[in-house]
Amino acid sequence: MLIESGSPVAADNRIGISLTINGQQRELQVAPWTTLLDLLRERLDLTGTKKGCDHGQCGACTVLVNGTRVNSCLTLAVMKDGAEITTVEGLAGLANDGAGSNGLHPIQAAFIEHDAFQCGYCTPGQLCSSVGLMNEGHAKSRDEIREAMSGNICRCGAYTNIVDAIEDVMQGEAR
Amino acid sequence: MTQTFSSTGSDRFVGSARSRVDGPAKVTGLARYAGEFTGPDLLHGTVVSGTIARGRITGIDTEAAEAVPGVIKVLTHENRPRTAWLDYNYQDAVAPPGSPFRALYDDKIHYSGQPVALVVAEDFETARHAAALVRVSYAAETPATDLTAVGDLAYDPPKKRSGIKPPPKPWGDADAVFDTSAVKLRETYRIATEHHNPMEPHASTVIVEGEGRYTVYDKVQGVSNSHAYLASVFGLDKDKVRVMNPYLGGGFGSGLRPQYQLFLAMLAARDLDRSVRVVLTRDQMWSFTHRPETLQTVSLGADADGTLQALRHDALAPTSRFEDYQEVVVNWSAVLYRCDNVALTYKLAQLDVFTPGDMRAPGAVTGVFAIETAMDELAHATGLDPIELRLKNYSERDATAEDKPFGSKALKSCFTQGAERFGWSRRNPEPRSMREGRELVGWGMATGVWESMMQQTSAHAILTADGKLEVGNSTGDIGTGTYTILTQIAADSLGLTMEAVTTKLGDTDLPEAPVAGGSWTAASSGTAVMKACRDVGEQLFKLARQMDDSPLANVDFERVAFAEGRIAVADDPARGVALVDVMRAAGVEKLEATASAAPDKDFNATYEAYTHSAIFAEVKVDEELGQVRVTRIVSAIAAGKVLNPKTARSQILGGVVMGIGSALEEESMMDTRLGRFMNHNLSEYHVPVNADIHDIEVIFVDEEDKANPLGVKGLGEIGIVGTAAAIANAVHHATGKRIRDLPITIDKILA
Repeated sequence: MLIESGSPVAADNRIGISLTINGQQRELQVAPWTTLLDLLRERLDLTGTKKGCDHGQCGACTVLVNGTRVNSCLTLAVMKDGAEITTVEGLAGLANDGAGSNGLHPIQAAFIEHDAFQCGYCTPGQLCSSVGLMNEGHAKSRDEIREAMSGNICRCGAYTNIVDAIEDVMQGEAR
Repeated sequence: MTQTFSSTGSDRFVGSARSRVDGPAKVTGLARYAGEFTGPDLLHGTVVSGTIARGRITGIDTEAAEAVPGVIKVLTHENRPRTAWLDYNYQDAVAPPGSPFRALYDDKIHYSGQPVALVVAEDFETARHAAALVRVSYAAETPATDLTAVGDLAYDPPKKRSGIKPPPKPWGDADAVFDTSAVKLRETYRIATEHHNPMEPHASTVIVEGEGRYTVYDKVQGVSNSHAYLASVFGLDKDKVRVMNPYLGGGFGSGLRPQYQLFLAMLAARDLDRSVRVVLTRDQMWSFTHRPETLQTVSLGADADGTLQALRHDALAPTSRFEDYQEVVVNWSAVLYRCDNVALTYKLAQLDVFTPGDMRAPGAVTGVFAIETAMDELAHATGLDPIELRLKNYSERDATAEDKPFGSKALKSCFTQGAERFGWSRRNPEPRSMREGRELVGWGMATGVWESMMQQTSAHAILTADGKLEVGNSTGDIGTGTYTILTQIAADSLGLTMEAVTTKLGDTDLPEAPVAGGSWTAASSGTAVMKACRDVGEQLFKLARQMDDSPLANVDFERVAFAEGRIAVADDPARGVALVDVMRAAGVEKLEATASAAPDKDFNATYEAYTHSAIFAEVKVDEELGQVRVTRIVSAIAAGKVLNPKTARSQILGGVVMGIGSALEEESMMDTRLGRFMNHNLSEYHVPVNADIHDIEVIFVDEEDKANPLGVKGLGEIGIVGTAAAIANAVHHATGKRIRDLPITIDKILA
């Protein structure tokens, strides 16, 4: 599918890139200034990824790029040509044993079980960040999880429940 | 005993921990927020914010912006379409007295960050780029934005804000008795300006449906408020405007009033006859409402044994030049403590700022910080344990409201259970007496209090022939769990599973409900939903009695119970019939009812209703670096019946976290030369992050209340109140330093 990015100003400046988004390969024409976040939200209607500050200060826009968590608001789409992008909409597809019977990735199910969100706006970023954190494999203790999750602000204050949910999934995977 | 929702006498869902029914939508990215809805040929508006705090616009050069391909129009005060003339038309349901701000109204600048133009373009990036090309010139005047410099101009607000109790008249002679008291304490306290900063920036999407119809998605805590505002400001027929907001990415009060992006989106949509979305940037989240900085003086005169003899609490708060924002700041002192000589005053002073607004527990966060820090100082001065001092001066009646008794007040249980869980009895009262390595350890406590309120609210219930029930109204679930508790209530009321119930909120096509604020939604919407379900239940009962060989023949409604999808005789469950069979037999496709709930006038004439809490805090302070960590909080809450312990606990956790922010981090810093907040971003305005938050324990103590049939008092706000005082008191215990100026930052610890 060919997606055009940008207004008439962008028309002469578009660059062709190829991204695999949630397992689906997309051929895209994007303006060089289009961020990965705006590409997802404004052009591809993947509004699960949130814009909280557009300055890399809140983490609401966190997505996985080749399994690594990044702030999509600070990432120009053209920089990621050829990359594999996973957003909250595609998280379930990443589950090791496939999604559970509820169709969710274990971290999504754990967030519901531990009430790890309230308004839900930071949640997609928290979820992607949690998966990124587990991929990194550095954080083991609660203190380390807290530290490594501090790039994702939750104004509703669900932090202790977020740590509970991550710990739960990490322990489940260790078993 | 408060009644159960279930006619069986025992609730299956209400009162038990249940996961959020909106959880799956929120963890999969399917939940859509106001700035994420779209329509054909949607245009994007970017706001140009003013750069001076006071003066006039002398010119706006939009030529370069308009020359950018894709830009449709730049709206300014010079070319804006006309809207309503009178202030009255702009006063929303929760507006304070005054003349509400009107964006792009004229050349006058009222505050820094004021919107001065809206650039509308075919796509977001073009609008943003073109907005940077708009050149505005000003005739600047010197702004007044320093509260400490305008105290002489302070005044009693002549018009009182609806629903906000002004300070009561003084009683006794607080000043004279203070002068002769054995123990005297008079100190000043300050709380900094705070901005709500919900994670979702304010946004409005106006979809033009044709024939004068509009569908509007607005980030607001109650769509009915935006609906009435739009109709009144733009002269629209309410029937032709539908405002929706199924999910709200946090509010905390910033979404109580319709904000200027809604006005601008509708202005542009009508002018251009195209759908328009306007999303504010994060820095523009500092360009409207906020919790006002407040200066307070508390004077306590007491006997040597700690008995209060004189209590004086004076507050000075800023407001804008166009509205008199008011909140309850000083009354809390006399609600919490019994004293024969009391004087309470609350004055405003005008600054060149936007009108302050309600932010989570407005006024209580401010005033309770002052009184609860002062009480800790009095405990220290008299050598009493802080809990003992509070018990000695414990109020059994509300002296600020004709001495009416409290409907319920289980605060003593909060003290007992909170202290027990925290290990308070092991506390050595001597400051600087506990240490762990390089950190000083401190334990402090404080009381919290918030009003328990109800509002006129309606809701509907629709049972369809497939056995599915829909309930709902126009209020919003701002993350509090309203979808979930209403689903629980409806399921128990008609004996259905939660899966059989769908709750719909945030849509003006649903029965009208007020904004979600003041911690009144559970009590108000919960009661209305319960009543609507009861009404449907009675309709079912009548149909069931009309069935051939009805098992309910000769049975009164009072004797039937709804359980497991059936209506049956309460003490003989075999004598019953499935709800779907009743409807099939009667040949009806659906049964529906709309009901309303309102505050109980008799109760309110007799009692005053508050929620209470006791907060215990442990801090660790690095003596060399001045860094404070809150390592442990126990928050014991008395708030009536708890509908869902899981979401209820989260409400308190969230309040505590924001309280930690208020205590240690949050401060919008004003450059008083420019009249502008300097740290308008999330890297310089600190809110708690995960690493700041350690152990938080929440206790709900038993409390029976009769203000509403549910026995519910509300939980959205009580978790934050008093938390900052408990932390400040713990910091004093750790370091011996009494800091009366929030937030408690490193410079103040090291000073």
